[in-house]
Amino acid sequence: MKKLLTALLFVPLLAFAAGAELHLDRAPDKANDMAALQNGAKIFVNYCLNCHSASYMRYNRLKDIGLSEAQIKDNLLFTAEKIGEPMKIAMQRAEAKVWFGVAPPDLTVITRARSSEFGSGADWLYTYLRSFYRDESRPSGWNNVVFANVGMPHVLWELQGDQAMGEDHKLKLVKPGKLKPEEFDAAAGDLVAFLKYMSEPMAEFRKQLGVIVLIFLAIFFVFAYALKREYWKDIH
Amino acid sequence: MSKVNALLQGTLNWVDERFPLTSSWKAHLAEYYAPKNFNFWYFFGSLAILVLVMQIITGILLTMHYKPDASLNASGVPVAFASVEYIMRDVSWGWLIRYMHSTGASAFFVVVYLHMFRGMLYGSYRKPRELIWIFGMIIFLALMAEAFFGYLLPWGQMSFWGAQVIVNMFSAIPFIGPDLSLWLRGDYVVSDATLNRFFAFHVIAVPLVLLGLVTAHIIALHEVGSNNPDGIEIKKKKDAKGIPLDGIPFHPYYTVKDIVGVIVFLMVFSVVLFFMPEFGGYFIEFNNFFPADPLQTPPHIAPLWYFTPYYSILRAVTYPLFGIEAKFWGVVAMGVATLIFAFLPWLDRSPVKSIRYRGPLYKGFLTAFVVSFLILGYLGMLAPTPARAIVAQICSVIYFAFFLLMPIYSSLDKCKPEPDRVTSK
Repeated sequence: MKKLLTALLFVPLLAFAAGAELHLDRAPDKANDMAALQNGAKIFVNYCLNCHSASYMRYNRLKDIGLSEAQIKDNLLFTAEKIGEPMKIAMQRAEAKVWFGVAPPDLTVITRARSSEFGSGADWLYTYLRSFYRDESRPSGWNNVVFANVGMPHVLWELQGDQAMGEDHKLKLVKPGKLKPEEFDAAAGDLVAFLKYMSEPMAEFRKQLGVIVLIFLAIFFVFAYALKREYWKDIH
Repeated sequence: MSKVNALLQGTLNWVDERFPLTSSWKAHLAEYYAPKNFNFWYFFGSLAILVLVMQIITGILLTMHYKPDASLNASGVPVAFASVEYIMRDVSWGWLIRYMHSTGASAFFVVVYLHMFRGMLYGSYRKPRELIWIFGMIIFLALMAEAFFGYLLPWGQMSFWGAQVIVNMFSAIPFIGPDLSLWLRGDYVVSDATLNRFFAFHVIAVPLVLLGLVTAHIIALHEVGSNNPDGIEIKKKKDAKGIPLDGIPFHPYYTVKDIVGVIVFLMVFSVVLFFMPEFGGYFIEFNNFFPADPLQTPPHIAPLWYFTPYYSILRAVTYPLFGIEAKFWGVVAMGVATLIFAFLPWLDRSPVKSIRYRGPLYKGFLTAFVVSFLILGYLGMLAPTPARAIVAQICSVIYFAFFLLMPIYSSLDKCKPEPDRVTSK
């Protein structure tokens, strides 16, 4: 019996060893960095929110990341009339499908959807956004290491510049963009931090509330345990 | 003060002449004598009731904003999926209610699996508690149905394809299978019709059945009395008033004790709810944040963790038999694996009930069963490979051997003598 149990404990290790690996860079944690989140919102509205909607996210919710209503209206409110409206886009999905081969997905919860055993959804997006390279065989002229044959072109190319896939299967910057590589990484980090915020705007509040709830329960536990001991002291 | 007391007593008498209020209170709480030696494992029954109530209340609140509608809105997102995100963002405290419900679903299975395991540890299914056990097993099946129907409602990729896979399993049944799965779906594919009927099953049909069964489970329990970690009957030793010597009134002793259990449970529950509501993709699958897309099959479809042991057993059957395809026998094996617990009262031939007095054979088989159950659960989350299939087959054989060989090993086992009275440790 013991031998069988030991065998059972080790066989799975062999069975689970297989499987393809996807290496993802770790996205910087900027959940509480308001300047980064605001910059991310700016990049999102300028570069993403033409083809991708964020249809569950209302503009006025951006007050969460330290923006005033006036700032939102003046700088970010391009695709809607009223500040209480969600971040929708004018592009028709049927047309988008013809242009890109697939309608660009709504991005509100994309960081949650892209999580996997290889890393968080933020890691995936942070790696994805920095992994476009020139590929003339593709209709858009771009390909991506993380998402092979993706329909999306490299929207941030003027910031990053052109990358090419080398013989050694590593990406090389062949034509510099407006930003230096480390500046581009920071900008991508800001954008991903904003996407992560948008996927669950209450996430930081949720954690703060959790601490309070746990403290309350811990105090409640002390009293409940004392009550139990008092009642049970005569039971042997 | 005495006038107030007289008024209260008068009101109580008025009610008692018309409804068994005081006698029910006594029969089920104040004079329900439970063994005094309940341990850690005995918290999970009351916790299961707590989670059931929590699921019903949060569920009612969710239905006020959820829309069972698979059509696409102007942004190309299914209305049902968008309504869940609406609850998460725009409904006051909607995120808390939704996370309580999604975490509660997994918590329900954690609690119920531990509650069932308690029964197996201490022989709680043995005579005279066979009916309690059978009601419990039907509750377990109803709970699986409830979870399955509920998982379709967010209308994400895993909701859709999980339902597709499970409903298709019924089509493996010879002759009636294809029509049966068509009838379940209400359509040729999982569609708006399926979403609407699953909503009806999830919010009213199955909960009604569950509540009725839970009531029957508790009535049967209070009829025969609770088992205890020693697996002996406290009713055999009574004092002059007919009260079991080792029994204590459920209220106040176990009510105050269960409050402590409830708080500890809520602390664990809160850690998940507030700090890791997806629980690494095990409680809310990541792929379910993509809206259902009937044209795009995910590369890997995995059910939620509480179904994975059975899903593994389903996949482990790869041989056709009697000219019927393997898929059918996989469905049969999976069905038998969930139903076989109900036969434990008659499979177990041991002279003792509790693990404390059982011999090494039962302990070995139970350990092997638990290990296989956990491995099967783990394998069910992973994509199948030939090596994993072999492990799953070995574990499935152990799973069934635990039950089918029980009449033999439980009667051969060298048991220790049971004590006359319950022991405290």
